[in-house]
Amino acid sequence: MIKLTQINKIYGSGGAATHVLKNIDLEIKQGEFVAIMGPSGSGKSTLLNILGALDEPSSGSYTFLDANINSFSKEQLALFRRYILGFIFQGFNLLKKTSALENVAMPLIYQGVGANERRERAQSALSSVGLESHINYNPNELSGGQQQRVAIARAIVTNPQVLIADEPTGNLDTQRSHEIMELIRSFNKNGITVIMVTHEEDIASFATRTIYLRDGVIERERTHAL
Amino acid sequence: MLFSAFLQAIREIRRNLMRSMLTAMGIVIGIASVIAIVNIGKGASESITKSVSNLGSNILYLMPSQEHGPGGNSAFTKPFTMKDAEILKASVLSLEAISPVATASVMALYKDQNYQTSVRGVNNDYFAVQKWELKEGRFFEPSELRTGQNVCIVGQTVIGKLFPLGESPVGTKIRLQKFSCEVIGTLNTKGANTFGTDQDDLVVVPIKMFQRRISGNEDVPLMMTLVKEITPLEEAKVQIEQVLRERRHLKEKEENNFSIRSMTALLDTISNVTSMLTVMLSAVAAISLVVGGIGIMNIMLVSVTERTREIGIRMAVGAMAKDILIQFLIEATVLSALGGIIGLVLGIGITVAVAYGLDIAVIIDPAISVIALVFAMLIGIFFGLLPAKKASNMNPIDALRYE
Repeated sequence: MIKLTQINKIYGSGGAATHVLKNIDLEIKQGEFVAIMGPSGSGKSTLLNILGALDEPSSGSYTFLDANINSFSKEQLALFRRYILGFIFQGFNLLKKTSALENVAMPLIYQGVGANERRERAQSALSSVGLESHINYNPNELSGGQQQRVAIARAIVTNPQVLIADEPTGNLDTQRSHEIMELIRSFNKNGITVIMVTHEEDIASFATRTIYLRDGVIERERTHAL
Repeated sequence: MLFSAFLQAIREIRRNLMRSMLTAMGIVIGIASVIAIVNIGKGASESITKSVSNLGSNILYLMPSQEHGPGGNSAFTKPFTMKDAEILKASVLSLEAISPVATASVMALYKDQNYQTSVRGVNNDYFAVQKWELKEGRFFEPSELRTGQNVCIVGQTVIGKLFPLGESPVGTKIRLQKFSCEVIGTLNTKGANTFGTDQDDLVVVPIKMFQRRISGNEDVPLMMTLVKEITPLEEAKVQIEQVLRERRHLKEKEENNFSIRSMTALLDTISNVTSMLTVMLSAVAAISLVVGGIGIMNIMLVSVTERTREIGIRMAVGAMAKDILIQFLIEATVLSALGGIIGLVLGIGITVAVAYGLDIAVIIDPAISVIALVFAMLIGIFFGLLPAKKASNMNPIDALRYE
């Protein structure tokens, strides 16, 4: 489904250049749950941003179902994110002073979905993360765990093929982290491919495969028994 | 998408209501000023036109100089005489009425009341030219005019000042400067004219009495004529000009040393001045619109910076650059249009208040209202373009990382 070949990412130029990713080769199959681990500065977030079409590699090729993502224009990349990907961020990244329902419905605006359908689908997504009674709450009225659930609902409301999660439990305690991971795993079991960055082994254990990065290179990978 | 962006814009304005209102204030003031100035200008113009038309579009003013104003520069001009008026009346058949007019400011007294008023020396034609009607009494007898007897007809303002108890002045004697005159009639009320002058503040006396008792000479500084309705004004002018040139012994190539002015000419002048003033004041008001637009641009730039992360989130979930551009453009336009609507209401309010205050016609020109609103929206689009462009050009990952 996803194939990265010889991906390099270099920030800056000349003497100040930082080689963040070095010749990354990675293949992710449909329905996989891949965790990317590594110490700070290992390049895991950069790799995730490239996979999420938020950032471009300096060289190498990124193909998705045989489509060459490298050759996409900015508009095509936006459409790729709009219809194929769903994002979960460490800091939740919800719009302030905007209800949970409006936050979740927001990606559907860009898909041209009508107001009534947006509302129905957002309500359904919030129900699937257990927040049906909190649809009118603003983010500041919700706990960290609840905010991340809203963010997950926003990510899955468009029925994406791939869920990109950057430290989804980074701001949560252990119990809430496990609840969130169970939720993500449930979506993976429903067929959504999940690519997640984490620095916690127990969180990575929810994945089917873990890739270890160090200094921009894939050091090793491990497949988990289900 | 557009409707969602519109709703989003309304939401953003409500979230920062105070800031939004202050930002839109420049547009509010600009639009209100333009609306008020243009509408008040039109109202004033119409009132002046109406007022001047009421005075009579078939009136000609004859002045013994080429200067503006009654009498012009009398030191260098040859004044008219009573004879001029008589000859004009006899020889220009298109004239219905002609009255010499001389005016002076005089203290009027009755018992222990006194009042500074305008005394006008005229003949009976003056009342026809100026459409004065009697309330009480009578006009001048021919013998009174011929001999210049001490009789007078009084306007209502003067009556109010000299006869505060409401008694009828007809038959009483009032003092004008050093002589007394018998009140033989009173005039109906006319009220203030468009220029705010109280038309009832006058005492009318026979011209000969005026010349003998007040001015001390036989000069006639102004003649008012009423042209017959069937005669074109220009034709009457030509006839008068011929007679006066002859009377004043002007050679063929010599310029007139008198002028003949009509209300139409006065109307055109007033209309031109009003239009020019309206345009100039509107231009000044329009500058505040530009300043308002800069205010909107400034706040939108702040808003883009404040909402950088939001832009990143929107891009991450699939918003294209043009979606972000449209969203911020609509926000700027809605803010500007909102200012425009408030300004429109305020402008109409000011127009009505000023029109009532100045007693002029209330004119609300819908075209100006529409133009002003469209202009306000265009300002929003124009000054919102830079911030919107800045927002849409952001790199999603940089926007998401923004703290």
